[in-house]
Amino acid sequence: MVTTELIRGVGIGRGTAVGPVLRMPDPVPDPADARRDGSAEDEQARATEALAATSAQLRARGQAAGGTAAEVLDALAMMADDPALAADVTHRIDDGATAEYAIHAAMASFRDMLASMGGYLGERAGDLDDVARRAIAHLMGLPEPGVPRSDTPFILVARDLAPADTATLDLDSVLALVTTDGGPTSHTAILAREKGITAVVGATGAAELVDGDQVLVDAENGTVERDPDQERVDLALQRTAALSAIRAASTGPGRLADGHAVPLLANIGSIDSAREAAARGAEGVGLFRTEVLFLGAEKAPSIDEQADTYRAVFAEFPDQKVVVRVLDAGADKPLAFLTDQGEENPALGRRGLRALQAHEQVLRDQLTALAKAAAASDAHVQVMAPMVSTPEEAEYFRALAHELGVPTAGVMVEVPSAAILADHLVPHADFVSIGTNDLTQYVFAADRLLGTVAHLQDPWHPAVLRLIETVGRAGAENGVPVGICGEAAADPSLAIVLVGLGATTLSMSSTSIADVRAELSQVTLDDARRLAALAASAPSAEAARRAVADARS
Amino acid sequence: MAERTLAVASANGLHARPAALFVKTVTDSGQQVQLTKGERSVNAASILGVVSLGIEHGDEVTVAVDGDNADATLDALVTFLSTDHDA
Repeated sequence: MVTTELIRGVGIGRGTAVGPVLRMPDPVPDPADARRDGSAEDEQARATEALAATSAQLRARGQAAGGTAAEVLDALAMMADDPALAADVTHRIDDGATAEYAIHAAMASFRDMLASMGGYLGERAGDLDDVARRAIAHLMGLPEPGVPRSDTPFILVARDLAPADTATLDLDSVLALVTTDGGPTSHTAILAREKGITAVVGATGAAELVDGDQVLVDAENGTVERDPDQERVDLALQRTAALSAIRAASTGPGRLADGHAVPLLANIGSIDSAREAAARGAEGVGLFRTEVLFLGAEKAPSIDEQADTYRAVFAEFPDQKVVVRVLDAGADKPLAFLTDQGEENPALGRRGLRALQAHEQVLRDQLTALAKAAAASDAHVQVMAPMVSTPEEAEYFRALAHELGVPTAGVMVEVPSAAILADHLVPHADFVSIGTNDLTQYVFAADRLLGTVAHLQDPWHPAVLRLIETVGRAGAENGVPVGICGEAAADPSLAIVLVGLGATTLSMSSTSIADVRAELSQVTLDDARRLAALAASAPSAEAARRAVADARS
Repeated sequence: MAERTLAVASANGLHARPAALFVKTVTDSGQQVQLTKGERSVNAASILGVVSLGIEHGDEVTVAVDGDNADATLDALVTFLSTDHDA
């Protein structure tokens, strides 16, 4: 018998899937600035045809997708149809350019114009590149960029998915996602977790898979297997079925086998995700990201506008906790009215609470709006500040929140300094919440969005776990609750470790709650502490994972 | 040719979604429409042209329509620009 090769990556969720591979096409190369051979008329006709075909393609996709995706795609189609763009392309072809290069260069000049305008339009500048690539692929006879489509369900293999790709992903035909780049906090991983799609990310070996290969994707073990034995397929599918049975059987509030309560909360960013979380049995909200309400705005919405939105979210959680994070602008989510332009290193710049302190009126308005909405609702509303680095900042935030009528104010621990000084910081907070994604990024000095350093973005790493332990201990000593609101809480085994390290609540994408609830119900608090000690004393993330898995098997 | 000058009502000016809706109204009309802010005029059927004007709330713009249905189109476009689409 031939031993089949295993491709390894990081699994998201615990599902398995079997099916044929379809690859995302490789990126369209930038066309060279070559002189055209044919006449200007012929070249012009090629360009016009390519732009028209691109527009038609985008509109057809929009129609098929419906909803907000249709709006996004229609806006892209409008750019392909744009008469100012067509005029610029004509002009460049008259000057001797090829159709490919004329489209590339014309789009690039409009893109730079949009980017220089900043704000919402600046963020949309990348859309023009997408339109240009589609038109150029059409001219060069390359496959249409973006997610491939097929009537037969398939396993999508890609380098990594961009947010634009995920908007058009047809969830009914994608059995699983496999990426060669990107780590557990990449867009692909976050999408997979949100939608409950089986995925293995950062599987470098998957680069060798070709269209039509039959593969078994096993998210629990983080493996992808080419041409698997029927026996192994059956086994994997049985395990998935057993898991979903456990999951279906576990309902109600989160608790350990000994009855120790661990409230399972949801991470949300909009009223839609709030409804979804309530429907999935979240016991409240551990992280309500408010940036989404502000994205694209040139200035902050008024107190009344904000209060209306907050009230709608609070209404979904009567008598439950809703932890609202005040605006976390900067780094990968800049806001025109808060974020300084031109920071060399925005992840280390004036972001989060630092930006709000510099624009205190925005923070005051938001806290006022939250107090107003909370007064009119039955939810237990709490607020927390992002990117707190010192005890003084925690003190500042709590005093301001109390002054403006929000009685419970905590801070996020995501900067290593805040974790290291937890014994001094925690007394200045009504609660703390550990943001494991940013904490990991800052502990390792590794950009969480950069694929080439994704291997360092692993919350299982003892370097991260020991900081969480420090915070957990400070929380217990001061009687201050310690929540976790990063993607780490969505990993069922890691959730046990986090509870063992002193986490009192766990907040995650609501799709993960059932899995985490089922897993927690299998261990006592003593078990969790013992497993946490094993993980925290391991020399590496891999060793920590293995130590926990071995001790539990 | 029909022409009018007015102040843009949308709270965030003529950006993004309001701009796209405006351009769609123009292209659906089938008329030739020019939009002018200050010294610069653009073809109002071009989303890229319209956003490149960087029109903010309260900016004065001139709309000029040419075609067999110029007056009705101008009325529709003026109504559009006098409405706050960000409200």
